[in-house]
Amino acid sequence: MDPTDIRVPDYFHKVVDCQWACPSHTPVPEYIRLIAAGRYTDAYMVNWASNVFPGILGRTCDRPCEPACRRGRVEKEPVAICRLKRVAADNKGEIKRLLPAIPARKNGKRVALLGAGPASLTVARDLMPLGYHCVLYDGDGRAGGMIRSQIPKFRLPEAVIDEEVGYITDMGVELRLGRRVDSLKAVLAEGYDAVFVGTGAPRGRDLDIPGRKEAAANIHIGIDWLSSVSFGHIDKIGRRVIVLGGGNTAMDCCRSSKRLGGEQVTVVVRSGFDEMKASPWEKEDAMHEGIPILNYLVPREFVLRDGRLAGMRFEKVAAHYDGTGRRSLVATGEPDLLLDCDDVLVAVGQENAFPWIERDIGLDFDKWGMPKVDPRTMQSTLPKVFFGGDAAFGPKNIIWAVAHGHEAAVSIDKLLSGEQVKDRPPPLVNLVSQKMGIHEWSYDNDVSLDLRYKVPHAEQAVALKNIKVEVELGFDRKLGYLEAERCLNCDVQTVFAAPLCIECDACVDICPMDCITFTGNGGENELRPRLKVPANNPSQDLYVSAALKTGRVMVKDEDVCLHCGLCAERCPTGAWDMQKFLLEMTQAGPACRSR
Amino acid sequence: MTYIAKPKLHHPKLPTNKLGFTHRDYEGAVSTLCAGCGHDSISAAIVQACFELDLPPHRIAKLSGIGCSSKTPTYFLGASHGFNSVHGRMPSVLTGANLANRDLIYLGVSGDGDSASIGLGQFAHSIRRGVNMVYIVENNGVYGLTKGQFSATADKGSKNKRGVMNTDSSIDMVSMALQFGASFVARSFSGDKDQLVPLLKAAIAHDGAAFLDVISPCVAFNNHLGSTKSFDFVREHNEAVNRLDFITTREPIRVDYQPGTVEVVTQHDGSVLRLRKVAADYDVHNRIAAMNYLQERGAAGEVVTGLLYLDAEAHDLHGYLNTVEKPFNELGEAELIPGSESLERFNQSLR
Repeated sequence: MDPTDIRVPDYFHKVVDCQWACPSHTPVPEYIRLIAAGRYTDAYMVNWASNVFPGILGRTCDRPCEPACRRGRVEKEPVAICRLKRVAADNKGEIKRLLPAIPARKNGKRVALLGAGPASLTVARDLMPLGYHCVLYDGDGRAGGMIRSQIPKFRLPEAVIDEEVGYITDMGVELRLGRRVDSLKAVLAEGYDAVFVGTGAPRGRDLDIPGRKEAAANIHIGIDWLSSVSFGHIDKIGRRVIVLGGGNTAMDCCRSSKRLGGEQVTVVVRSGFDEMKASPWEKEDAMHEGIPILNYLVPREFVLRDGRLAGMRFEKVAAHYDGTGRRSLVATGEPDLLLDCDDVLVAVGQENAFPWIERDIGLDFDKWGMPKVDPRTMQSTLPKVFFGGDAAFGPKNIIWAVAHGHEAAVSIDKLLSGEQVKDRPPPLVNLVSQKMGIHEWSYDNDVSLDLRYKVPHAEQAVALKNIKVEVELGFDRKLGYLEAERCLNCDVQTVFAAPLCIECDACVDICPMDCITFTGNGGENELRPRLKVPANNPSQDLYVSAALKTGRVMVKDEDVCLHCGLCAERCPTGAWDMQKFLLEMTQAGPACRSR
Repeated sequence: MTYIAKPKLHHPKLPTNKLGFTHRDYEGAVSTLCAGCGHDSISAAIVQACFELDLPPHRIAKLSGIGCSSKTPTYFLGASHGFNSVHGRMPSVLTGANLANRDLIYLGVSGDGDSASIGLGQFAHSIRRGVNMVYIVENNGVYGLTKGQFSATADKGSKNKRGVMNTDSSIDMVSMALQFGASFVARSFSGDKDQLVPLLKAAIAHDGAAFLDVISPCVAFNNHLGSTKSFDFVREHNEAVNRLDFITTREPIRVDYQPGTVEVVTQHDGSVLRLRKVAADYDVHNRIAAMNYLQERGAAGEVVTGLLYLDAEAHDLHGYLNTVEKPFNELGEAELIPGSESLERFNQSLR
């Protein structure tokens, strides 16, 4: 293999698994160390700069970082990254003075943001400090989008939404709320320099099976129902409730039902329990509240009695796999299952809907009715119109919406500065030695052996009585510290300088994970199986040095490195050094422009 | 030294041996020697050898004297018996322990100061008597704990860190071991575990006095230009006479070498040594030729390594003394106090 070029930002970025997996590339280990040091405000600001909604995401994020976390490959469970973010948010001090200044003199450019959800708010957050005049539109009376309308309050208290949405609207964004936009042409006619569409995926899928029309009074579309609950239009539900669907919306529906009078709440999914789209922890929380999840049941009909919904009939199926691994659900032939119920919540998916975008304005749609959007620039075929969040590529989650928002803001800033939006700015990368003394590092390299800590919950009897009582209490400072110590500091990189190495084997002998091998060079596929412990995880790179004095090379398998720094401590010549890699995405502003 | 303990976490795919242990289970406390010390590599090689031999750690005793090398038993085999004795007196303590309990595997760990100076006599007599042990000299040519004075194994004409030349003749421990009658003699290099680990395994399986001289560069005081015990010098002048594959009896022998280039030797315990010859006419069974060869190559400035001499039919001290099979701690009252009748019989036999 050729020697690894560590100057390429991606190389060490990939080693920081959590940051690499995060759509916004938040520098996770950096803020976790700040939490461990008790610097909650600083930890919050590292988050805020990158993901805009630390308090909200610290409760609701889909956390792609956690399955990626190296700790999960080293022992049983990853670091509770998401809940640590909340520790920063819960314990921070006053941050208003740390927010960017908003210029009094605007730059004369006007940007319309359609939909007041996380994507649009991120664009506003990035563009307002640059002097843009942003106008935020939404059909709801208050900004926040799905964060406010769909996430139940027992998971995300209103005060947290108000605070973090407020930081952005307080920047002087012009609000046009409470009135739905029904024509993009009309918006464009107002002479905006750019328009950002962040209108989400607002239409819940329906289930067209017999009885649907007749029983309509007791059948509700999940996201619409959640939104009505959120805004206080609905405050009760029948005693027996069936929730259809296996996503996070279904989990929110069933847990909300439990708090609004549903005594016997059941979730029913078509396919297997393990294939459900809902995050594992959301399934756990639902089952913990006494909600059974029944699988392999396909809805056949809504059963009516005396003209009223009385139950649902399901066909029992099993999963069959053909030769190519494709799955199909085949009826088992057993008798159908009849479940009694008073209400049904349908949470079987969400769709985009753009009836308000005229098809003759130069904005192209694909055959599925989705706008054609460049995944890097977020630009549509109408150069001044950009998309982000669920509106761009279908339903995803908040952290993706934020990532889209940042990219769209860069595009808008470049476009309105007369630059090519296709020329994307590189990230800011810094690599600094952490050596302070002979065996002293400016990070805590002693690896904690603690297992993942559980987040304390409110007493269930209290939580189930009131839909506004937050279930999770969050880590307190002490638990937060202990959990933070589980972080392996994957951003503190093992950097190897081949010319200094005397091949004494000290690093090989001390490495607790047997990551390091000195051996003859070879091709990657040939090299991987003959390392000290075979490197069987191809998603993790090999760090290969230039040839050493004996002709061998140093090969380090990055897979399960603890970043404990013992290789550097035991190295007599300083060939190994621990260097902190900090990568920050370049956001809208002078840094993203070439001139 | 390192301030943090080596984390208990290990690679999830780490191989286990027949006892279900990983090599991590054979480790000791984290080393307090200088970073990069050759001795730490020898410790790691011992860990590897014991792991590969599936040895139960509690059946091993490690004994040492005084010095950097003699500190190392703390850093390997944390679950084994240990005895850190007086300077140069490890061989006597080991001999005594071995006589009391022949069931344990004895690792005598010493250095060039401990064995070639203060303990030279002890070294000589333990080898002479054929104590069943692995006598390891971690040989760096300097007194590291007292900041780098020449030791007795430093070559005449080599230079210390400040450039001063050694004017004393050196003691070659390997030649001495051959002369004193060691039945297994080898030399290796801490920077070459591929060579060292099989040699250690073969030495452990050997019945009799096995002597291993391991050149182990002192990174703090003897790894400079002009030293003959530095990484660079040893790598440049290393002349291996053979490469050893150690095979336990359980494994089938694969023959994949040209005839005449491989020699297969079976030891007392049934273990098989497969020697791949590097120096074509080197005979590991000829003690006198080995001694000549060592003198010759040594004069030419080469460091001869590999398995240098082997008497596969060797006997050990217990065999010579015809001692009781059982360790003392397993003998009961009846065996230890056989009664006045037995005493009378014994006395009669001497009359």
